[in-house]
Amino acid sequence: MNWIDHYNYWIVIFLMMLGFYAIIASDNLVKKIIGLNIFQTSVFVLFISMGKVPGGVAPILRDDPTVLYSNPLPHVLILTAIVVGVATTALALALVVRIHEAYGSIEEDEIHEQDQLAG
Amino acid sequence: MSTLIDLILLTLMAITAIAALQLKDLFGAVMLTGIYSLLSALWFLILDAADVSFTEAAVGAGISTVLMLGTLALTQRNEKSPSHPRILPLFVVTITGAILVYGTLDMPAFADPQAPIHTHVAPHYIEKSGEEIGIPNIVTSVLASYRGYDTLGETTVIFTACIGVLLLLGIGRRREDDES
Amino acid sequence: MKHHSILRIITKLLIPLILLFALYVQFHGDFGPGGGFQAGVIFAAGLILYALVFGLDTASEVIKEWVLMILVPLGVLIYAGVGVASLILGGNFLDYNVLAHDPVHGQHLGILLVELGVGVTVAAGLTTIFFAFAGRGRRNPEGALITKAANPTQEPQR
Repeated sequence: MNWIDHYNYWIVIFLMMLGFYAIIASDNLVKKIIGLNIFQTSVFVLFISMGKVPGGVAPILRDDPTVLYSNPLPHVLILTAIVVGVATTALALALVVRIHEAYGSIEEDEIHEQDQLAG
Repeated sequence: MSTLIDLILLTLMAITAIAALQLKDLFGAVMLTGIYSLLSALWFLILDAADVSFTEAAVGAGISTVLMLGTLALTQRNEKSPSHPRILPLFVVTITGAILVYGTLDMPAFADPQAPIHTHVAPHYIEKSGEEIGIPNIVTSVLASYRGYDTLGETTVIFTACIGVLLLLGIGRRREDDES
Repeated sequence: MKHHSILRIITKLLIPLILLFALYVQFHGDFGPGGGFQAGVIFAAGLILYALVFGLDTASEVIKEWVLMILVPLGVLIYAGVGVASLILGGNFLDYNVLAHDPVHGQHLGILLVELGVGVTVAAGLTTIFFAFAGRGRRNPEGALITKAANPTQEPQR
């Protein structure tokens, strides 16, 4: 087995776990969102790398019948996912802004402390 | 050659992601995520996904960076607590990663033309969309016609997210309401 | 941003090109890479660049908030409307074949309209989201933007 065959998948898993770690271990809410973004991008990378065909071109039809096209399906799925991703990121960031207005902090432990004090 | 570029770009992405997550200065971290998105846009282009590359360049490096900077301007710029490595999350992440890597050993090799993904629906789109839809860009035909329901849903998600942000932050809403 | 002459002039030159390119991507999406999602984000990026360089006050005079409020649902309605139109004409929901005299033309028309709907919603939606973030904390009780002249203690605009 050639290591290049699976290098893409391993990078995907690495990025995914990096994002996952940031989400569960980081106290800062903005850092968590950055981690979520990295997690999300790793899924994009997984899909697009599965759609690749050796010697293929971008899936836009040409007159030449011998042309080999890359798989268009993952491209469609990821295209919409990116735009939906930015919309959900915006929603998460809006929540962070409101949390900061209510608690004066975006650190999770400080927010917890304030909640404990308030009972 | 394109495999080499692919490997280098992926490695650079991994390095940028690590740098972005370990940086204390959130402004720098956000900038690095912008660079990360631009690198991934380049990588998408190398793998023939021109449409995706477009979108990622405009969204990742443009809009989402601006939104994050806007959030930092409204909140704070630095991460406060020292980010000491935590044992339990590290353990969970390592175990999950190891299981996933074990799972990839059964996956089809990168750019294998016989992979299951290339044998099921995609050939129909590539061969027939020219006659059935009559436009050259297969991605557009699948997006808008074959999978129109899907895209209607995605558009509704953006609409909903927009309403959500407006409810939380508001355009032209009273500031006094926020005190409750 | 009053003194950054280079930024202001370059932005003035670039914005028409960005918006024109967004329209090209929108309407050429059938033939080359492009479509509603891409065009929408590029258009929104152009408007956001304008707001960043010339300030939110100027930008909200150019792009009225009520127009954005109409455009966001309008895009979804165009999309769903195409689906309903094809239902009325006797096809299935979002089956564009019945929209014109022959199926391929119907598909062309349907895809054009649907992509337009997507583009309008994405462009207006992302611009609205940016305005919501940028305008936060800079409004008076009536909801109008606080300009610097009206409230000198306000932070300078970024």
